[in-house]
Parts: sequence; structure tokens; C-alpha cells
Amino acid sequence: MVGLHKSEFQNPVINWIDTRLPLFTMMTKEYGVFPTPKNFNYFWNFGALAMINLMIMIATGIFLAMNYNASTAGAFDSVERIVRDVNYGWLLRYVHMNGASMFFIVVYIHMFRGMYYGSYKKPRELLWMIGVVILLLMMATAFMGYVLPWGQMSYWGATVITNLFSAIPVVGEYIVTLLWGGFSVDNPTLNRFFSLHYLMPFVITGVVFLHVVALHITGSNNPLGIEPKSEQDTLPFHPYYTIKDSVGMCVYLLVFAVLVFFVPDYLGHSDNYIQANPLVTPTHIVPEWYFLPFYAILRSVPSKLGGVLMMFGAIAVLFVLPWLDTSPVRSAKFRPIYRQLMYVFVVDVVVLGYVGGKPPSGMNVVIGQVCTAYYFLHFLVILPILGKMEKPLPLPESISNPVLTMGGGPLPGAALAKPMEKI
Amino acid sequence: MSATAPTLPDGHAQDPGKRDFLKLVAGFSAVIGVGALAWPLIDSMNPSGDVLALSSVEFDLAPVAEGQGVTIVWRGKPIFVRHRTAAEIKTAESVKLSDLGDPAKDADRVKAGHSQWIVLVGICTHLGCVPLGNKPTDPRGDFGGWFCPCHGSQYDVSGRMRHGPAPANLPVPPYAFMTDSRIKIG
Repeated sequence: MVGLHKSEFQNPVINWIDTRLPLFTMMTKEYGVFPTPKNFNYFWNFGALAMINLMIMIATGIFLAMNYNASTAGAFDSVERIVRDVNYGWLLRYVHMNGASMFFIVVYIHMFRGMYYGSYKKPRELLWMIGVVILLLMMATAFMGYVLPWGQMSYWGATVITNLFSAIPVVGEYIVTLLWGGFSVDNPTLNRFFSLHYLMPFVITGVVFLHVVALHITGSNNPLGIEPKSEQDTLPFHPYYTIKDSVGMCVYLLVFAVLVFFVPDYLGHSDNYIQANPLVTPTHIVPEWYFLPFYAILRSVPSKLGGVLMMFGAIAVLFVLPWLDTSPVRSAKFRPIYRQLMYVFVVDVVVLGYVGGKPPSGMNVVIGQVCTAYYFLHFLVILPILGKMEKPLPLPESISNPVLTMGGGPLPGAALAKPMEKI
Repeated sequence: MSATAPTLPDGHAQDPGKRDFLKLVAGFSAVIGVGALAWPLIDSMNPSGDVLALSSVEFDLAPVAEGQGVTIVWRGKPIFVRHRTAAEIKTAESVKLSDLGDPAKDADRVKAGHSQWIVLVGICTHLGCVPLGNKPTDPRGDFGGWFCPCHGSQYDVSGRMRHGPAPANLPVPPYAFMTDSRIKIG
């Protein structure tokens, strides 16, 4: 469609721009008056929090890169110099370091929200799949970022993870050599990891944009898992959810600040403060906490290729989740058995994370194997069957119904009147 | 804002001014918050502790013969140290201030009692090139000092700008004589 946009903005400057490039109209449509289900709980904060977290990571990362030296000779020292000598370098580094952990906390809760309330179901399958792509990109970015300080954990983490590809039959060894740019993790590896670590966040930003576009086509899911039926069921995004997101943001920043200012190294590993030594592997090597469940799955399978396939399979299975879950009902609120099993699944993943951080011996191996089996059982067996067997509770007629009858008292006048005005 | 103040369910009159006030306070708080967050990022670009720690150098003048100039490095910048001859000092001191584009007495540009030594930041005040003239084989321009190859600026033996486009004299860095033959720059 060619032609100038008919802008409704009164301000002549904004109107002039908006007529030619309707950014202001778009922002108002997507973030101002955007009709949003009115029954969100605080789980719906986590998308916005992830967006904020991404911006924090990019901002601190750009300034860290100004002082970072991507060479095996200089990387470790340059990171120490950032912490000791660069103005506020300690702050930038600890925000970036703990920001990665915060990012995964936020995203894992965001994913739990999606699974608990069935947000991946029709018509939001693609939205969910784009989300899984973001998760994969985040994992790659986090892994490469962890290599950059060039400590012992960095080096051996890089060695172990890149060696995963050697499990691929026939071409595996060639792929690993290609990844390394040599015959071991060395200067070329560090250089390319830095380059890619800088690139990936912008790729993530692009995919996040697609995620948001897809979200704004289907509209948000909500705790009841039923579509809004009328204007009565929605609220304009601003100010109702900008404010609600801000409340969540304050709590998020509090947790973030406690990590950064009081226990900046709590989630890290002390061995990473020893410079990389290609001749000595630390006695107990573990990945960052957010990879532990997947690491446990890798270790549970007594076969090199099998372990790698299971580990990647643990994420690949998320891609097809919308088709594995056969229940037509979205929200766990109305699925009594699924709701219980969702908690069992969370415990399963937490236990996987726990054994992933322990030495692989004795009971840890058995527990890891049982939990790995259950992880796949949940997705591949329980969800398809449960959807057909389970008798869901009756769904409410509309979002407004339970909000008005079960909620605490009537809504303030403005909340009800607002959606009517903006037709 | 409307002139009539509607009444809220709890019986209080709605005060439009209160809402404006809250909006302004919230807006300003957000601006201050973003500024406070931005400052560590911006300040991290300033010279860091290890850079500031390298901000002075010492230099032994003894090996520099009369008429000779040397270039040393201070804070990553070239510093010209020149041992001037008696004739050069005389020329520099006898220039009329009215002939200068950026008037400065030669006596003010050297340390008292050490007028044979001129110490300058060797960066042309035009656009930052390093002028020629420290080596005897270099072109020194018409005033016997330094000549900038980039845009033709000329300086005299006191480092004063004598011919444009440079707008000012070569700056004298902060330095002091520790002994008669040793200086500390910075």
C-alpha cells in the first residue's frame, strides 16, 4: 500500500514524522491501547523482564568489550583489569556476569508460565517455537561469553562443549577442528567466540522482534487460557500493564542488585579465577547453573553419541511441544492432573540440575538417569496420552465472568469503562 | 484539565493538579534513574586507574647536546625536549610580542635558570600532527623551530606559532627540574 499515513497526532512535529513514518501510531497501537486480557497475574511480567534483561546485557557488554582483549595472552588479565582499574568496571562486569544468570532465571520462569498456562497451544505454536529459538541462541551466547574471561572453567567448558560435536559420526572430528580453528581450544577459538558473542545478542534482538510481532498477531494468552471475547475482557496495555510490569521490574532489580552487590561470585565457580591452563583439567568441572539439567542428561547416558543426542533432544522436544500436548484446554487451572504433573516436571528438572552439579558417581548417576527418563516421559508419553484421558474442569464463559464473580469485589469504574472508549 | 472537579466514590474531590504532579514526579524519577544507570557506563570510558598511574615520566637531560632535540613519550604523546643554543635563546627572547599570533614571552615558556631547555608537547595545535624539526635534517620552517608537514604551520624555537593555520603555540607540559640535568614530566 502506497500513500501517506493519516496521523491522528496533534503535535505538528510528531504529526509530520508520523505521516511519513508511522512509528508513533505503531507504538500507540502496540504498546498504548493494545488490548490485553485483564486477568494477567505476575507470571506475565517475565516477557517484559526478559526484554529489559537483554537491553542490560547489551549495554554492559558493549562497554565491557571496549576494555576486553580477545587473546589468550591478554584475556584473563584484561578482565582482571576491568574489575580493578577501569572506572565502574567491577560494576559492569558483575552486572553482565550475574545478568546472564538473571536472564536464564527470567526466561525459565517465562517458559514455565507458557507450559503451565498452555500458552504454546493453537494459535500460538509459532510464537512458542520462536521462543525456543531464542532460548537456543541465548544458550550459545551464554556459553561463548563464559569462555571469554579465559579462566580454567572457561577453557575446559569450551573444550568439553565443542567436543560434543566430535560425537557426530564420520565428520565429527572435522567439525570440531573447524570450530577450534586449530587442534585445540586456542587463540583462534577465543577470537571467534568473542566475535560471535558480540554478534549473537543482536541476532537475539531480531528474533525477539519476531517473537513480539507474533505475539501481537495472536494476542496474549492469560491465566484462564480462554480467548478474550469482547472489549470487556481486555484492558489497554498502557497504563495497566506498563505499571504492573514496573512493579515486577522493581522486584527483579532488587534480586539482581542483591546478587551484584553482595554475592557477585555466588553463582560462578572459583576455578574461573585461575588462568586457563591447557595441560591441567580442574578436578571437578561443571557448567554454569543454568546448563546443569542438560548437563545431567548428557552424563546420564553411557554412550557418547547417545548422551549428546539426548541433551540436544531435551531442547528439540520443546519445538514440538504444541503437538505433543493433545489437550484442547490451555490453562492448568482447568486440568487437575496436568497441573499436578506440571509440578512433578518442575521438581524433575530441579533434581536434574542438582545432580548435574554433583560428581557423576554412585546414587547421582541413578537419580540422573531416572530423572532423564521422566523428562522425556513427560513430553513424549504423558502429554499425548493425558490430553485424551483427562477430564478438564468446566471453562468459564468469558474472562470477565470469573474476574467479576471470583475476584475480590467490583473493579474500579475506570478499569471497566476504559476499553469501551477506545473502540 | 477540566475546570470542574468530579467527585470520587469516597467523597473526595478529584484534583487534576495532583495527577499532573504525580506524572511529573514519576517522569523526573525515571530520568534521574536512567541517568544514574548510564553514568557508570559512560565513566568506564574515562582513563582507568592503570592509565592514570602511568601519567608521569622522568628524563635525563645530560646526553642531549647543545642544538640537539629529542622526542620522548608521555601519556602516549610525543614530548619535544630541545637543548637550545645561545643564539637561538637570544632570537627567541628578542621577538616582539606584537609579531606573535599567540603572544607569550619566551621566559614564561621555560623554567627560570634553565632557558637553554625548551620542553613542548609535540602536537600541532591545528589538527594534531607531529611537527618536524627535532632532527637536524628536518625542515624547521622560516623561524628555526618546527614545521608541521600536514598543513604547513610553523613554530619558532620557543614553540610559538609563527605561521598558520595553527591557532596557538605548542603547549608546555607540566614538568619540573629534579636536578639540573633531570626533569620529571607530569
